[in-house]
Amino acid sequence: MEGLIHQIISGIATGGIYASVSLALVMIYQATHHINFAQGEMATFSTYITLTFINMGMPYWAAFFLGVAVSFGIGVAIERILIRPMGNAPILSAVGVFVGLLLVINSLSGWFFDYTIKQFPSPFPDQALLGGYISGHQLGSTGVTLGVLVAVYLFFRHTSLGLAMRAAALNPVSARLVGVRVGWMLALGWGLAAAIGSVAGCMVAPVVFLDPNMMAGILLYAFAGALLGGIDSPLGAVLGGFAVGVIENLGGAYLVGTELKLTMALVIIVSVLTVRPSGLLGRTVQSRV
Amino acid sequence: MPALLEAKGLHAAYGETKVLHGIDFSVEEGGVTALLGANGAGKTTTLRAICGMVRTQGELILGGESISGMATEDVVRRGVAHVPDGRGTFMELTVEENMRLGAYIRRDRGAVDKDFDWLFGYFPRLKERFRQQAGTLSGGEQQMLAITRALLLRPRLLLLDEPSFGLAPLIVKEIFNILRRIRDEEKVSMLLVEQNASLALAFAEDAYLLETGRIVVSGKAADIGKDESIRRSYLGY
Ligand SMILES: Nc1ncnc2c1ncn2[C@@H]1O[C@H](COP(=O)(O)OP(=O)(O)OP(=O)(O)O)[C@@H](O)[C@H]1O
Ligand SMILES: [Mg+2]
Repeated sequence: MEGLIHQIISGIATGGIYASVSLALVMIYQATHHINFAQGEMATFSTYITLTFINMGMPYWAAFFLGVAVSFGIGVAIERILIRPMGNAPILSAVGVFVGLLLVINSLSGWFFDYTIKQFPSPFPDQALLGGYISGHQLGSTGVTLGVLVAVYLFFRHTSLGLAMRAAALNPVSARLVGVRVGWMLALGWGLAAAIGSVAGCMVAPVVFLDPNMMAGILLYAFAGALLGGIDSPLGAVLGGFAVGVIENLGGAYLVGTELKLTMALVIIVSVLTVRPSGLLGRTVQSRV
Repeated sequence: MPALLEAKGLHAAYGETKVLHGIDFSVEEGGVTALLGANGAGKTTTLRAICGMVRTQGELILGGESISGMATEDVVRRGVAHVPDGRGTFMELTVEENMRLGAYIRRDRGAVDKDFDWLFGYFPRLKERFRQQAGTLSGGEQQMLAITRALLLRPRLLLLDEPSFGLAPLIVKEIFNILRRIRDEEKVSMLLVEQNASLALAFAEDAYLLETGRIVVSGKAADIGKDESIRRSYLGY
C-alpha cells in the first residue's frame, strides 16, 4: 500500500513535467495544426543555456529566469525564420522541417555543450518530505509546474493578448479584421512554448541528468499525454500529462518493469488513436446544425 | 469636402483569376454608399480589396492617406471595420470575447466598457447571451454580433457585406433601423453591399452598380431607384 502511494506521488511529479511539455505541444498544434517534434530538443537546448548561466556563477533563479527569457526569444526566432516562410506548405514538408529542426538542435546541443552526461542542480532541498513519500525536488518541481500551468491559463483567459492569440489560432481571417497581428501571435506562441519547455527541462534535468537526448523519451510521454487528453484541448493535455506520469510509474513498478516503461507511451498513443482519436477532452464545438 | 475613401482604377485578383477590372468609386464622409450587383459581380471582392485581403492594383485612399497594398491589420488600425461575408464569428469564443476582440486595438478600457452598454442599447439580445458560446447564436444574433464587433473598433468607415443575408424580413428591418440610427447618431460612414437593392437604395445616398468586375452605373441612390430601365435591366424589381 505504501509502495503504491509512493508510486502515485512520484508519478504525479514526473507527470507534471509531461503535462507542461504536452501543453507546449498543444499550444503550437492549436495555432498551426502541426506537432512540433523538436519541442523536446528545444527544451534540452534551453536547459544547457540555463546550466551555462549557472556555471558562470549566477544564482539559480536568476539563471532559471534568464534561461526562460532566452528560450522565449529563440522560440520566436525559430517561428520567424524557419516556420513562417514555410507558410501553407503541405503536411509532409512541414513534418520534414520539424524533424530537421529536431536533428539540428540535437546536434547543436552536442556540438556546443558536448555529449557527456552532466549533472544539473535542483533549487530545492535534498530531503524526503511528507513522511518520506516525496522528495524536496519532486514537491518543488510539481509546484513550479502547477505555477506555470496556472499562469498560462490566466494569460489565455484573462488578458487581451491571450484572447488575441486564441482568436488568431481559431479564425485567422476574422482575427486580422479586428486588427490582430496574426503572424506575431504565432511567433509569440512559439516563444511561450519554448519558455515552458525551458522550465520543464530545468525541472527534469536534476532527475534524469542532462545530455543532448534528455527529452527524447519525455517528448514521447508528453505526446501520449496530449493525445490522451485531446490534442486540441490545453486542459486535456495537462490532465493527460499527469495521467501518463502516473500510469508510467505504476506500470513500471507493477506491470512491465522499468526497462520497458517507454513502451507504455506507445501503448497509450496507439490505444487513444484507435479507441478515441479526439482524446478524453477533445474539442466538441457547440454549433447549430 | 474630399471623400473619406476613394478608389481609382482598382484591380483585384485571386491568383490568376482577375475579378475587378479597374473600378472607381468613393465613399463620402458621414454618408452611406451602396454597392449593388448580381452574384459573382465582385462586391465581396471589392470590400476585401479595401481591407487588403486580396491582391490588388490601383489606388485606395482613406482620409487622404494611401492604403493601397497595406496589410489587413494596418487598414483596420486606420479605422476601417469590416462585417464580412459569412459574419466572421469566432464560433468557439463567447459573445463577450467576440466583443472584446472587436475592441482589441483600443487601449481605452473604460471607454470600451461604456461602449458595451451603448451597443447593448441597440442589441439587448447580445446582453442576454453575453456569456454564451457565439456558435450557438441564431443567424440574426450572429449578424448583430458581427455589427457590434465592427462598431467596437469605433470605425471611421464601416464595410457591410450583405447584412440581410439569410435573415427573416422582420430581423432585416430591425437591423437596418439600427444601422440608420448608428449612421445618424454616430456619423459612421458606411459602404454597404446588398443583394436587396430596394432596401439598400432606400438607405444609401450614393450607389454603384457592379457587373462582372466593372462599374456600369453610378449616381445618387434616389435617382437610381427611380430609373425604371436600370431597375429592370440590373436590379430585377
Ligand atoms: N477565394 C476566391 N478564390 C477564387 N475566386 C474567387 C474567390 N472568391 C471569389 N472568387 C470569384 O470572384 C468572383 C467575384 O466574387 P465575389 O465574391 O466578389 O462576388 P459577389 O459580388 O460578392 O457575389 P455574391 O453576391 O454571390 O456574394 C466570382 O466569380 C468568384 O468565383
Ligand atoms: Mg458576396
